[in-house]
Amino acid sequence: MNNAETPFEFVTVSYLTRIGNQSAGTLAELLTGLEHCSDASIFHHTFQTLGSHHFLTEGFSNDFAQWVLADANRDDLAEQLAALDVRDYVSIAALRGDLCRVVGEYCKAFPHFAGQSALERFYFCESTEVTVPLGRSARTLDEFRDGIAHLSHAGFYFHFISSRLRLRLQTNDFSHWLADGLGLRTLADSVNRIDIYTNTLDSSREKLLRLIDRERRRV
Amino acid sequence: MSEILTLNRIPLQDYAELLGEGEIEELRALAKPLRGRSMEMINSTAVGGGVAEILTRLLPLAEELELAMQWNVMTGGEDFFEVTKSFHNALHGAPYHASQRDFDIFLAYNERNRTKLPLDAEFVVIHDPQPAALIEARAPGSNHWVWRCHIDLSHPHRAVWDFLEKFVSRYDGAMFSSPEFSKQLPIPQYLFYPAIDPLSEKNQELDPEFIAEVLARYQIDPQRTILTQISRFDRLKDPVGVIRAYRIVKRYFDCQLVLAGGSASDDPEGAIVLKEVLREANNDPDIKVLELPAWAPLEVNALQRASTIVIQKSLREGFGLTVSEALWKKKPVVASAVGGIPVQIIHKHTGMLSHSVEGTAYQIRFLLSHPEIAAKLGERGHQHVKENFLITQKLKRYLTLFLSMARGT
Repeated sequence: MNNAETPFEFVTVSYLTRIGNQSAGTLAELLTGLEHCSDASIFHHTFQTLGSHHFLTEGFSNDFAQWVLADANRDDLAEQLAALDVRDYVSIAALRGDLCRVVGEYCKAFPHFAGQSALERFYFCESTEVTVPLGRSARTLDEFRDGIAHLSHAGFYFHFISSRLRLRLQTNDFSHWLADGLGLRTLADSVNRIDIYTNTLDSSREKLLRLIDRERRRV
Repeated sequence: MSEILTLNRIPLQDYAELLGEGEIEELRALAKPLRGRSMEMINSTAVGGGVAEILTRLLPLAEELELAMQWNVMTGGEDFFEVTKSFHNALHGAPYHASQRDFDIFLAYNERNRTKLPLDAEFVVIHDPQPAALIEARAPGSNHWVWRCHIDLSHPHRAVWDFLEKFVSRYDGAMFSSPEFSKQLPIPQYLFYPAIDPLSEKNQELDPEFIAEVLARYQIDPQRTILTQISRFDRLKDPVGVIRAYRIVKRYFDCQLVLAGGSASDDPEGAIVLKEVLREANNDPDIKVLELPAWAPLEVNALQRASTIVIQKSLREGFGLTVSEALWKKKPVVASAVGGIPVQIIHKHTGMLSHSVEGTAYQIRFLLSHPEIAAKLGERGHQHVKENFLITQKLKRYLTLFLSMARGT
């Protein structure tokens, strides 16, 4: 079995939610908020919310889409916002650009809805990230499998979802190490194709472990 | 003199069995850099009330992680607690005539406590308005002080808030249960949720025989639909509105309504509301109005577990932990979209939100017509609580805050 030169270091993450000073009561105000809020706020309401609500696999994608659906009552716009897939983005700027474009185009096309009051206001918050090492590393596929199996939800989320922004690549920590550390590019690609929107973190992890097991049986 | 509280040990392994080893390993990893650093929690009551209930469970957990966390309780006379009760109500928006005498009493007791409490920990967490002025005792140096506000500050009495704000703005951060409750302050504000303990008497698994015994005691038929609201008899919990919603539901479904809350005997306003509730119930044998003892966690647990649907039709709410309690038990919940409830109930995902008597009745009818959807909501609600509103998550948030402050992030 291959030994990686650079070990995979398992870490975990914890987020503090900081309350911002912007809020929105209409779609037009949501657009203004999206244009001016911090990057940490866009991250909080898209990437981070996907981690903290991972058990919802039907129709929940990000906080903006959920607010537009449940409070602003605009199903069509909610669908468009929910369709934005964080895996397509390696920078918050690009994600913010698309969020603003979708909401802006909608407000332009339906100006009478843009100023309509929502049931509840949307409050912009931010995530403050604190990472800590778990003191566990892997050099082989067996050790790697064992580490993943023992990760908390937050640790799994950190390596599998939020890592895309850190790496600035359309991949995740696991796939990155499998390809670069162990040279297992096919396995790395398969892992990267696991759908984080239709799977929970638990079912994503199960799929990942099954893929690793298949590879272990092969070698 | 301050009270240093000693609490029963709760083995971390008991939580690992419920939450998984990975979650406990994560807590240990977060706690490790904080070992040997002092933390102090200060509030104004050792027993009774949500804060004391949470701290009672939080401290032993911290101890399991080998953290030096202390809990001290400030002391005060009757005059102090009368003033702070008026402040509490005023901060919730109740009418209040501001008097210099009240402010003086508040300051005098805070000053007295400053000399008695240690207040020298590296991380000091002050809970609620009563001890807020202890910040005056902060020694110059690098220790961190944060203020945890458990109450709804969305419509505070101006004079009381202006008075408190002078102290609050001197902390390093403030924590609120909902973004709606936050204020314009020059310090960072964080979202901190209250939490339930899955191993406490109120939330632990119960023997079905005990549940049956509780139902029999209160003459509730386990074979028929049971709608339940657990809340003290308070107009802000809208028990009369719950009865009106039940009456609409009753036109379509055979059901019973349980309204259970603490005894109103020592609460003059509660006694008046209880009378209003009984009048509205009009001797309907299917409406059970239960005055429970002040501390009846096992009965509350049993009633929640026996319910078909749990209701929380509050008009205003700080957080409404009864919602998390019901969700933890995988119950479908219909609740008002007020205060911290929408954080717990993500509409159509972890429960149903409503805005009126008619809306509440409609959502109950919908769930009774679609038990498979009700079951799914209960299942997801349980996951949501597991992820966000358990005592272990609360400790994790505190550790994250302390680490973040220590690292200057």
